[in-house]
Amino acid sequence: MTNSQRLSLTDDLTIYHALEQKTALLDALANSDELELDLMQVGAIDTAGLQLLVLLKKEAQRAGKRVHIDAHSQAVRSAIEFCNLATELGDPLVIPAAESAG
Amino acid sequence: MDELTSVYVQESREQLAEMESGLLRLEQDPDDADNINAIFRAAHTIKGGSGVIECHFIEQFTHRVENLLDALRNGDIAVSGKLATLLLECCDHMGSLIDILACGQTELDTNVIERGETLTQRLQDALAVMPTGMNMTVQDDTVEVETSGGGVVNTDSWHISIRFGQNVLRGGTDPLSFIRYLGSLGEIIGIETVTDAIPAAAEMDPESCYLGFEIRLQTRAGKADIERVFDFVRDECELRILPPQSKVADYLHLIQELPEDTMRLGEMLVRCGALTQSELDESLLSQSTILKQETASNISPLGEILVDKKVVQKEIVDAAVVKQTQVNEKKARDAQLVRVQADKLDQLIDLVGELVIAGASANLLALKSGESTLVEATSILSRLVEDIRDSALRLRMVQIGDTFNRFHRVVRDVAKDLGKEIELSISGAETELDKTVVEKIGDPLMHLVRNSLDHGIEAAETRLERGKPLCGRVSLNAYHDSGSIVIEVADDGGGLNREKIRAKAIERELIPSDASLNDNEIINLIFEPGFSTVDQVSNLSGRGVGMDVVRRNITALRGSVEVASVEGEGSTFTIRLPLTLAIIDGFLVGIDKASYVIPLDSVVECIEHRNLAGDRNFLNLRGEALPFIRLRELFEVEGAPPARESIVVVQFGGQRAGIVVDQLMGEFQTVIKPLGRMFANLRGIGGSTILGSGEVALILDVAALVQSVRQQEERKTLPQHLAQ
Repeated sequence: MTNSQRLSLTDDLTIYHALEQKTALLDALANSDELELDLMQVGAIDTAGLQLLVLLKKEAQRAGKRVHIDAHSQAVRSAIEFCNLATELGDPLVIPAAESAG
Repeated sequence: MDELTSVYVQESREQLAEMESGLLRLEQDPDDADNINAIFRAAHTIKGGSGVIECHFIEQFTHRVENLLDALRNGDIAVSGKLATLLLECCDHMGSLIDILACGQTELDTNVIERGETLTQRLQDALAVMPTGMNMTVQDDTVEVETSGGGVVNTDSWHISIRFGQNVLRGGTDPLSFIRYLGSLGEIIGIETVTDAIPAAAEMDPESCYLGFEIRLQTRAGKADIERVFDFVRDECELRILPPQSKVADYLHLIQELPEDTMRLGEMLVRCGALTQSELDESLLSQSTILKQETASNISPLGEILVDKKVVQKEIVDAAVVKQTQVNEKKARDAQLVRVQADKLDQLIDLVGELVIAGASANLLALKSGESTLVEATSILSRLVEDIRDSALRLRMVQIGDTFNRFHRVVRDVAKDLGKEIELSISGAETELDKTVVEKIGDPLMHLVRNSLDHGIEAAETRLERGKPLCGRVSLNAYHDSGSIVIEVADDGGGLNREKIRAKAIERELIPSDASLNDNEIINLIFEPGFSTVDQVSNLSGRGVGMDVVRRNITALRGSVEVASVEGEGSTFTIRLPLTLAIIDGFLVGIDKASYVIPLDSVVECIEHRNLAGDRNFLNLRGEALPFIRLRELFEVEGAPPARESIVVVQFGGQRAGIVVDQLMGEFQTVIKPLGRMFANLRGIGGSTILGSGEVALILDVAALVQSVRQQEERKTLPQHLAQ
């Protein structure tokens, strides 16, 4: 039975929080076989944040585990699209109904 | 506003000031290349910083100004008065954009946007006269996208390959903002993020940067513009730029130079549209063939690449060296200055004031004790306290030069508006005065200067008629004199017209029509509220609210303002302000049991008084008539004066007077404690202080005393006068 965990990040995915977030993400990955990441509440993201997401994906691959990001905030989505990292990260970028209505 | 933004705002304002003074110098000296470079660097620094804090409206506008400045420093366009005026207006606009940022606003008002657009249009027009050449750096936001039915033609794009250095994030920058800024030069039609350098989790440092980018950019900007986007991180990154229409072979070289795996790079380039798959396949195949052939010969393609790379590196190295020198210069300049908050300085001075009082009281007790070693120790202490006091006060002193220099711009603009030729000469710029005084003297000075420009200096034809040089002269001068700082605003214009003043005063019912006033009194009428002899109220002055406000502002600083004028030749306004507001050296005198302090700076000498009987209020001092005032009478102290009185001769504003006192008690440092508002109108008293013994002594206002003595002399009615 796969151990699945869900982690929601609320702080900005920026260099200011990068150190703690690296630990939090890797710990969550270590404690489960499948990690669901919710980034809906992430207000801002910078290069450091993007690097962490890529790192997480790479680590998951190395460990034979799975990571998906199933919710993105507007800021996260636009950064991923801008850098063309959608394919590398591999998750579908869904625009929630509420946002697209606005 | 967060700290980063507030630092940016402060530094940008300084850069703008540098830019403005550089632009003013530009007209005088159009060939000074260093000056032009300095102006460019100032604009460039402002732009760079705005990118870091991601303030796009400042970034955009400044970039356009920078383009014009770049053309100027490359010699592509010539300096002209019109150009300088345009650039000065842009400077002003940048100043208001920074103010908007400082308020925390993120959106611009319509009129600000309009002004920006008009200026931008004028900047582009100015650039349009340039010959089109290889160095053209005209930035055009509307990029024409050529389509051939199915998308953009990629060979028209620049290819930018960048690998950011590991410390870029720690340096406070974010690669994404550079890439976004790059995008504003045109359109990013393809981007690949290179994440190969991210190590395994254990070694990955979340604060290091491991990312690189392969970018396809369509833009009309030139290579230098693109490179400039990355200026602030250039020495830490690997940047390679391939212009449009580069050959496949160039891309191959690129692949070989880059650290990642060839296949991976090839895929990336295909993905972002630099090459087609077939181009890639073909060239890789031929490359390996060539390689086999060329191992025979001495020159390897890699060798060529390296040579090329050396040349490229030289450019990068040169840029880095220039930047390093700039950074060093700035560091050296900064190292000489320390930013201190004004209230911390005030706290220090308050403490020093308390120290002075405590020191005086210790001194007094030591003297009473009579113990010589103690007296010596406390007198050494006093001297040290004096030194600390002087140093602390000097911290608050700033040179008046900065205030004076602001007037260059004012004179230039106003003279142009009025169609007059006027030059400003400044002397005594190093004269120092207290920081708070400097801030408050700006407005009165501005008014006086504008008066000279508007009403003082005559129109060109009038000046020629009068045989004066065409160019009018306004001068600002500052110097120290007996404990005060003197500021003179002079012009060589038409002077004050006595008849006009008199007529206007009668019209305004300030004086009766038959009044007989001496010359001095007539010209002092201009300080009366509501007074103005100007027929037309101009934009600048003439509303009649000026001179009395000027006088009031200066009096509030415990200073005085006077005017001297010769009709047809010019006028001089003289402002006197006290040098120190807080701690002064005083001379203690006694009347009966009370003590008074006379500021030491104004004391000239002390003499013994021999029986000055009767009503005569002046005596013969070495052949000069010295008017004097009896403090006893002035303050209505009861009781009889002692047999031997002393006279302290004081001076203020070139005038001397004597003050008759009972006793002289010697020099004495004192902290001025202001009197309450109830006593604000006391003439003759300028504050109070606490003596070492704990008693209160009143500080005499020498200026007021000297003035009253003078008036006394003129009118010889003592009590009436002092009652005013």
